[in-house]
Amino acid sequence: MPFLLFLRGCLRIITQGDRAYRIWVGSLLALIVVGLVSYSFQARYGLISTNLRDQVSWAFYVGNFTFLVGIAAAAVLLVIPAYVYDWEPIKEVVILGELLAVSAIIMCLLFVLVDMGRPDRFLHIMPFLGSPNFPMSVMAWDALVLNIYLGVNLVVVGHILYKGFYGQHYNKKIVIPLVLFSIPMAVSIHTVTAFLYNGMASRPYWNASILAPRFIASAFCSGPAVLLVLFQVLRKRTGLPIKDEAIQKVAELMAYTMFLNLFLLGAELFKEYYSATEHLVYTQYFWAGIGTHRALVPYAWGGLACSVISFFIFLVPTWRRNMVLLNIGCALIYTGVYIEKGLGLVIPGMTPDTLGEIYEYRPTSWSGASPPASTASVSWSSPCW
Amino acid sequence: MTVGTAGPMEGVKFGYGLDLSRCVGCRRCVYACAEENNQSRKNPQIHWIRVLEMDKARGVDVNHSDIYYDAAEVPRPGHFYMPVQCQQCRDPPCVKTCPVGATWKEKDGIVAIDYDWCIGCRCCMAACPYGARHFNWAEPDLPAAEMNPKTHVLGNRPRPKGVVEKCTFCIQRTREALSRLRGDLSRGRPEVREPAGPGKRDPPGHGMTKRVFILKEELATHPSFFYFYAT
Repeated sequence: MPFLLFLRGCLRIITQGDRAYRIWVGSLLALIVVGLVSYSFQARYGLISTNLRDQVSWAFYVGNFTFLVGIAAAAVLLVIPAYVYDWEPIKEVVILGELLAVSAIIMCLLFVLVDMGRPDRFLHIMPFLGSPNFPMSVMAWDALVLNIYLGVNLVVVGHILYKGFYGQHYNKKIVIPLVLFSIPMAVSIHTVTAFLYNGMASRPYWNASILAPRFIASAFCSGPAVLLVLFQVLRKRTGLPIKDEAIQKVAELMAYTMFLNLFLLGAELFKEYYSATEHLVYTQYFWAGIGTHRALVPYAWGGLACSVISFFIFLVPTWRRNMVLLNIGCALIYTGVYIEKGLGLVIPGMTPDTLGEIYEYRPTSWSGASPPASTASVSWSSPCW
Repeated sequence: MTVGTAGPMEGVKFGYGLDLSRCVGCRRCVYACAEENNQSRKNPQIHWIRVLEMDKARGVDVNHSDIYYDAAEVPRPGHFYMPVQCQQCRDPPCVKTCPVGATWKEKDGIVAIDYDWCIGCRCCMAACPYGARHFNWAEPDLPAAEMNPKTHVLGNRPRPKGVVEKCTFCIQRTREALSRLRGDLSRGRPEVREPAGPGKRDPPGHGMTKRVFILKEELATHPSFFYFYAT
């Protein structure tokens, strides 16, 4: 069975490596164990152990899910120049983008699963097996498009790796149509995720039509930030031929998308503060705090600082050609966008709640941090292929 | 314990009128509701009704309301009290958003939940503008001696951990009470009065309401829950 041989080969490749690799994979596995132990508490005692309450009923799980959908969607940033404009230097790294998309989507689905009160009933959302509420429920659509996107990327990546394993060239007739199909798919997964929030009139902070464009813009700078670091690691350690040209092109595109992201944020802030309706209160909670409730304020400004600084690093050509600065910029972008979308979207949307009560959400130390850490590690190991 | 399955009756729609001029904020309805509907008593304590204390000077303004006032001191001068629960909307955002169809609108206007189908994703809680939906964050705490044994399958039967619940207009009582009116219905409609609608007055002699309003009218959820000031 050539396929079994391929799987066994993969297993051999991912279990072998030098010391640095073993430490990396070992620490990821340790995090997974921590997460599993924490989750076993949550499974036994209920979601009460996350400090979520009726007032703030979604927080980090859903925030991380949202952020990672963006990371997954960003694989497309590489695909567009490579295939649409036939730009050679990026083509060889497209597969890394698709691998990242696979890991990110797996993390997304795991975050949704750990956030569910009844994960044992997850089949209820599947077409044919359950009763997905089509076409009305955005969450039902989200589950559908995420799974299709996962499937498409798994097929592409699996096919390329399989052929590569046997020293053959991949079949263009399979790969190229699927890669092209993944472009609109990537946009759609993040748009649908934005619509999940966008469609809720009960939460004025989310009920803004600028939300989907903001999601796409922030995703297209944070996703490649991961890839740029990954490119350098792989280039150094495996000798994968990744040209500086490709890295610089991606970095340049990130400067444009970060500009767009900051512009859209500014547009949103202007509208909220200038019109100063009763809907301002959520924006105020995030950026200025309400009375003594100021837990998120340092994060808000810290995140903005990260985004602005990284924008300039990526904008000025001499700065972004400096690899140290470039990597700092990547870390800043990742942090800035995580704060904006992971933390600054979900919690302020629910603070104060719909009846005006302020429950200032703070995660419990073990349940708030560990399952995310572990779900993250689950799939971070896969780009190690 | 009995689990009723009474369905909606032909030609019946439930509505709820609440006289704000009479509410003193004692919160007894909150606890009576919890006893009747078998809510979790503690950790978490689940209440389907939240009573908001508001300033008379500000009027209805949820962002300046307080639900943790001391019920021993009510009614406090300069304040009024506004109980909020599921509004059984005509266009419920919670039903629209549920990814698995575990919540729906019954023919008589009651928004029901199937506790055996809910996956606990809490989309409906995010979508509800009235904070009416409550989640079983832990295994519900309902001592056997305190359980109300008369239940309805879509209402107050005990719920498991990890699902959403909310007010059902006491479906276990209202549908039964209504079926006692069946005789009246067959002789012709009983006296069914509908409020004239938000901001309007009933025609003279009709009598039920004066100033009527619905909560968050601008969201077009069309609640079946009408607040009014009778005096």
